[in-house]
Amino acid sequence: MSTQPAIRLTGLSKSFGSVVAVNSVDLDIAPGEFFSMLGPSGSGKTTVLRMIAGFESPSSGSVELFGKDVTNDAPFDRDVNTVFQDYALFPHMSVLDNVAYGLRVRGVKTAARISAARDALALVRLEGYGDRKPTQLSGGQRQRVALARALVVEPKVLLLDEPLGALDLKLREQMQVELKEIQRRLGITFIFVTHDQEEALTLSDRIAVFNEGGIVQLGDAEDVYRRPQTPFVANFVGTSAVFTADEASTILGHKGACSIRPEHMEILQGKAPSGVIALTGTVAETIFLGASTRIIVDLDAGKRVAVLEQNDLNMTNTKLGASVTVAVHSQFLAPLT
Amino acid sequence: MTTVSSSAPDRVGGAPSRASLARRGSAFLYRHAKVRLALLLSAPLFWLGLVYIAALAALLITAFWTVDSFTGEILVDWNVDNVTKVLGDALYHAVTLRTVTAAVLVTLIDIAIALPIACLMAKVASRAVHRALVIAILLPLWASYLVKAYAWRSLLSQDGVIDWMLAPIGGESPGYGFEGSVVTLAYLWLPFVILPIFTALERVPDSLLDASSDLGAKTGRTFRHIVFPLIVPGIIAGSIFSFSLTLGDYIAVRIVGGATQMLGTLVYANVGVANNLPLAAAVSLIPLGIIFIYLGVVRRTGALSNL
Repeated sequence: MSTQPAIRLTGLSKSFGSVVAVNSVDLDIAPGEFFSMLGPSGSGKTTVLRMIAGFESPSSGSVELFGKDVTNDAPFDRDVNTVFQDYALFPHMSVLDNVAYGLRVRGVKTAARISAARDALALVRLEGYGDRKPTQLSGGQRQRVALARALVVEPKVLLLDEPLGALDLKLREQMQVELKEIQRRLGITFIFVTHDQEEALTLSDRIAVFNEGGIVQLGDAEDVYRRPQTPFVANFVGTSAVFTADEASTILGHKGACSIRPEHMEILQGKAPSGVIALTGTVAETIFLGASTRIIVDLDAGKRVAVLEQNDLNMTNTKLGASVTVAVHSQFLAPLT
Repeated sequence: MTTVSSSAPDRVGGAPSRASLARRGSAFLYRHAKVRLALLLSAPLFWLGLVYIAALAALLITAFWTVDSFTGEILVDWNVDNVTKVLGDALYHAVTLRTVTAAVLVTLIDIAIALPIACLMAKVASRAVHRALVIAILLPLWASYLVKAYAWRSLLSQDGVIDWMLAPIGGESPGYGFEGSVVTLAYLWLPFVILPIFTALERVPDSLLDASSDLGAKTGRTFRHIVFPLIVPGIIAGSIFSFSLTLGDYIAVRIVGGATQMLGTLVYANVGVANNLPLAAAVSLIPLGIIFIYLGVVRRTGALSNL
């Protein structure tokens, strides 16, 4: 494999009128990587994707594809393909014609393109659906057709724009597994845009967290989850209790701003072990989540925190208004910049 | 707390007695959807039946009557002479052919002009340009038909604007005649062709265009394979307007057509100059028949279901 990055973005910016959608993004994505761009809507992640695909031209900066500058190339001249959020299947064509479209455009002979399209449909487990129209398919099936249509032309990089957003939870989880499998099997670079932090954590080799037009943190799933560097990441990727520098020193006796996950705190039964910071408070709310319960505690020190308690064999019943001691496992405190 | 609970039952109890008849009527209509529909639609359907169906039926019947050549009065004397004359006479064949040719030309010209304008409006233009174009297209519809036809008469006239514009490249105005009629009618019906095509284009999601170019298709191919098939219903809807309006037109043809005879002018001449209403009715059956054939063909393509 070449040492060149599959995608290199340099100083990539995009403004729409006076609105800056993307502000100077620098990013290298390695060949074969499953890369996610995670962020709330309006954070610029989709605009970055559209600039990689060529649908938007950047206001400044450049896009390189395997070392070749494609900044000014039209979408049809780029070796990247896109799976669209709304699938964008051609409604007047059969499923097979949809999948074969890219090959037809490239002048592949009828017999060859039909057999390639059938193979692609088999890859996404839709054998036998070729004659149907897109409107006769369910959302999940349309999703697969869109995937097959993008994969059949063998792109070097596949761009996925919130492809699972419209699917229900069960189907989504199933598609996540299949996407990951297909990516591993074909070994091509996937760039996956999502606002769903769980999806990003599940699928990705690396994640770029976007906010307000820029990347606020870049790292693998564990990095981003365990060591959020800003209050935004701490609460966008999962939830955290965030302590400002002042709060950290007065409440936790800790130097510098930090955050901690609800599962790294517990309601203390009995004496505090060493290495934990014990804080007293009152239970304000309990939310039963099945395998766990989220307990909201108003600390006497004047801060509200959420504690996640596993509903395992030692499950305890925490009453509303009860006085409790919250144990903060200090080794999990993540310093914020 | 107590005031609310004591006054509330009074209000609830009072309401039905005050408006019980209206309420019961409403409830009856709510439960009986067919009665509701009948009440709503009977007046407009009566009007539609009277104006459209009855008038058309009268036309059909009149064609089978005749005119007393001395008194000029219509005689209820059932015969098919008018129809056989219209179908058999070489004059009517020539005029029909000319009128259909004009209708086809007008339709083709309008589609050729409407497609790029509608594309610009639906997919390319900024909001301001889009609004300006919509106004530019709709504004002439509010102006009188006659004014527009006479405007073209002056444009087409000898030493008129068109002569003046074409002079540098060695051309000249087509003058009053068949060509002038086609150009004027194409102008008159253009908005009716642009609007349905524009509507059809607006319904094509931009993501389909992105997807096509993403898969390697250049703009021309995207138009041929993706956009065009999806807007065919809109094109056909527009063509029905330009085609049928041209078939029936006589005013513009009389204003800019010179001596050109079309089916509409023949009907007009038979009603006015010749005072032969039955023959006029028989002539008017020709465009009616052609429209029915056209709609039948269009229906077969399935385009009408998307209108």
